[in-house]
Amino acid sequence: MNLAIVLNVVIQGVLTGLMYGLMALGLSVIFGVVRVVNFAHGEFAVVAMYATYLLFVGLGLDPLISLLPIALAFFAIGYFLQITLVNRFVGRSEHEQFILLVGLAIIIVNGLLMIFGPDARPTNLPYSLDSFEIGPLFIDTARVYSAVAALLVSAALFAFFRYTTTGTAIRACADNLTGAGVVGLNVKRLYAVTFGIGLACVGAAGSLMVTIADASPSLAQSFTLLAFTIVIIGGLGSMTGALVGGVLIGVSEAMASFFFAPSMKSMFSFALLVAVLVLRPQGLMGRRA
Amino acid sequence: MKDMWTAIPARGRVILLVLLAALLVAPAALDRYFMSVLILIFYFAFVGQAWNIMMGYAGQLSLGHALYAGLGGYVAALLWFYFGIGPWIGVFAGVAVAAAFGAVIGWLGFRFGIEGVYFALLTIAFAEFTRIAFDNMSFTGGPGGLFLLYEEQRTHEWWNLRGGPLLFYYLGLALAAGGALLTAWLARSRLGYQWLAVREDQEAALSLGVGAFRAKMIAVLISASMTAIGGVFLAFYYNSLFPAQAFDIGRSIEIILAPVIGGLGTIFGPIVGAFILTPLGEALIALTAKFGVDLPGTKAVFYGLTLMIIITLRPDGVWPWLKRLLGLEPKS
Amino acid sequence: MTRTTRRNFTAGLGAAGFVAGTAPFNIVRAQSAALKIAVVLPRSGYLAPAGQSCHRGALIAPKVLADYGHKVELVHIDCESNADVARTQTERAINDGAQVVVGAFDSASTLAMAQVCEQRKIPLIVNIGAAPQLTEQGYKFLVRNFPTGGMLVTNGLKLIKDELEVTKLDAKTAVFLHANDTFGTAQRGAMDKIFPTAGLPFKLLESIAYDPKAQDLSVEITKVRALNPDLLIVVTRAADAIKMVRDMVRQRFEPKGIISPGSPGLYDEEFYQALGPLSDYALYNLPWANPKSKMTQALEAAFKPAYPNFRFAVECFNVGFTFEALLVAAAAFKKAGTADGTELMKAVRETNIAEHVMIGPAIKFDDKGQNVGIPSAAVQNFHRTPTVTLPADVATAAPVLPIPGWQKRT
Repeated sequence: MNLAIVLNVVIQGVLTGLMYGLMALGLSVIFGVVRVVNFAHGEFAVVAMYATYLLFVGLGLDPLISLLPIALAFFAIGYFLQITLVNRFVGRSEHEQFILLVGLAIIIVNGLLMIFGPDARPTNLPYSLDSFEIGPLFIDTARVYSAVAALLVSAALFAFFRYTTTGTAIRACADNLTGAGVVGLNVKRLYAVTFGIGLACVGAAGSLMVTIADASPSLAQSFTLLAFTIVIIGGLGSMTGALVGGVLIGVSEAMASFFFAPSMKSMFSFALLVAVLVLRPQGLMGRRA
Repeated sequence: MKDMWTAIPARGRVILLVLLAALLVAPAALDRYFMSVLILIFYFAFVGQAWNIMMGYAGQLSLGHALYAGLGGYVAALLWFYFGIGPWIGVFAGVAVAAAFGAVIGWLGFRFGIEGVYFALLTIAFAEFTRIAFDNMSFTGGPGGLFLLYEEQRTHEWWNLRGGPLLFYYLGLALAAGGALLTAWLARSRLGYQWLAVREDQEAALSLGVGAFRAKMIAVLISASMTAIGGVFLAFYYNSLFPAQAFDIGRSIEIILAPVIGGLGTIFGPIVGAFILTPLGEALIALTAKFGVDLPGTKAVFYGLTLMIIITLRPDGVWPWLKRLLGLEPKS
Repeated sequence: MTRTTRRNFTAGLGAAGFVAGTAPFNIVRAQSAALKIAVVLPRSGYLAPAGQSCHRGALIAPKVLADYGHKVELVHIDCESNADVARTQTERAINDGAQVVVGAFDSASTLAMAQVCEQRKIPLIVNIGAAPQLTEQGYKFLVRNFPTGGMLVTNGLKLIKDELEVTKLDAKTAVFLHANDTFGTAQRGAMDKIFPTAGLPFKLLESIAYDPKAQDLSVEITKVRALNPDLLIVVTRAADAIKMVRDMVRQRFEPKGIISPGSPGLYDEEFYQALGPLSDYALYNLPWANPKSKMTQALEAAFKPAYPNFRFAVECFNVGFTFEALLVAAAAFKKAGTADGTELMKAVRETNIAEHVMIGPAIKFDDKGQNVGIPSAAVQNFHRTPTVTLPADVATAAPVLPIPGWQKRT
């Protein structure tokens, strides 16, 4: 085995993992604060992919730019969804939330099928076939840009939660809900903001995803599963955890396909998930409850 | 057993007997289409009941029940395929394998305190893991599928589940009814009360000396075994198995819809749920066709919408509400 | 069954939705009437792309068949890529008077329907479905006018040999890359069995199976690049074929040929849309519509105005086989002079249709109901259009190997 090839595989895995991580981050924020399991998470990512595709085809917007309006729009959708629908389900059993969001997921996937048809819609960026050649390494240009963008969005989110009043208030809600209510925080509004932020994350991640995959309704379910796996491995409610989990899954899948059979690579992710659940249930970066 | 019957109010007993009698004689009047729909209803009522025992009574959220159905089906089908061993024996092997997987999942989950969504993810992980494993095994046919021969000269061999719709109709009815009886019996047993105690407040249950681990393990084992029996039923009904369908997370979701929509932790919930959801899907297909809507996906959108509406309006499921409506609340 | 019993049942259940769709039972089966065919296809769910493509073939078929003197009435059913739905809806369609069933692209659904058709003595004509077992399960009311996975690979490998000879390409090594799904494994099984004795001039270095749900194939391509084969032999689906080519371009891996021994993926519209000039020169050995057949031309003429947004050249595989399945049914109906299932099935088994759409000899079925005479053609992408390059008698262009480098495309 050539070391350069292994390094190439690892780097690609890290870059893909950062995109996965951003998607999982959205789930982690919602899950960690609102305590609602968003089983339609991957479906929202695919909606964002279609939105990015439309903006690219219609207005020629690059995904790295359209990411911003899409994230904003998804924030609004999330805020609205939380206030009108999801809020009734806060504090209710997980299986009830599950049915609600599975119903939503079915509607989204089949709605996309009705509108766009079953065939994948490619976003052909001018740089989507380029790669950086560094010695013996070939690193996809689009993947590098997307990974950097994913890091920037995550950094912005970190800053929001650390340095703004709203962000601090949301963290307070997550840590101690009763206490947050007692000191007079508007929990309902904060939950709506949080759900909005979660969807903004998944919207941004969906925009970036078009650089590696073509928009199609059938992607959604595997995205949802992927996001859940990453969040549990990284640690629920831990923001760095989501990114670390994403990278870990990206690299481990890449290595598994390289050293073992590519068709079995997802087995390693699920094995990793079981191992983390058993050995470190709070996740790799999570705090002990 | 007798007090199970007397616990039902008189009006309920009449309705129950009439419905049961109707289902027993129904094949004489029904065409094959309605029978094929009823067979699906019975299947989902039965596996839904299995899931209900684990979630509705013992409070453990499994989103990977397709695993047990798939394993049961595959094991029995493989025994038939390679050794000609009939499903009435194969079902024991299938149940044993599924229960073994259930035991591992339960042991990991309950020993290491994995709960709620985490436990659900654990069950999904096992189901997905097994799906990919079956995709990569050649003796099970891999993703190409496992096919059982259709032999016309053997269609009378009901003991080998080689029959037509009538056989599967009555078998399905027996499973659905048997599953409900078993659940009713378990719910009134000591174990049933232990489950309730564990579900409502594990800490308190522990302090009262209820063996929470043991109670939950038994729930998983019973649930996995029942689901595996359902899997054998389906495998011989369809004569084919594919990992991508047998172990798919979509299959797991289908299994839980009926009990949740019908009413979790009730005996009739899974049955009512199955009688709502399967006909709903069929009715939506017929309605979209009738109104000339030929856009694929339309039916599914309305199906999803119905799920959201029911769970918003009747979070406890339809059955508790229906029970009040029919005046079937037991007098306290 | 009469309507009354059904209504009683509906009332008993109180499920209002059941009433809908119970059209009057059609017992009129005179020769003057049209043959009623249920076309079951996965138009939603994960097989929707293929299912909808086949559906387009079914929609234009009645008009073309009418021009050839066949009267058919089609009932279109979406089986949602779900065997449960395929089964119940087939039952319903037969209740409503369907006399023949055509479908269903997906093996699981097809098998579910096969049992219904067998028990009800209604002919089932498989339009597409490569699992060899379909015609090995002992069904007497099932025929398949589509090659098995083994036939595809046997024919495909033979054509690879011809292609290398015609283009005088000296290829010494190859890697086989395939999706690990129903179709991909069928091809892999055939490949493992047939390749060692196929007498091909190159060595097969490795066979690699990939997860069809994979988000990207960069690692797989890295692996292939490390082996540096002359030829890349692939069995793909549309989405992963696109990812495969993109990753090859990014990693500057340029084999002398990209050849499929018989699989979709390299000729779907999304493949051309996503890759533009990079989609050119991919070569696939598949049964294909005969551009020189009159019936193919008639089908194309009907397709164009009906689907201005789709290209017949791209869709002719799905459209052609779906049309041919309907043609088999219609011809058998004409021959039998009755729509009685058993009589009709007898005529279906004796099918002998010389003039049809796909390349090859007359459509005939063996004892098991399999058409064993379906050959493959070597089809290559030129200017984003599938072009038949071999066998020479139906070819409209010559094959090009080695393929030009990625940067040399326009």
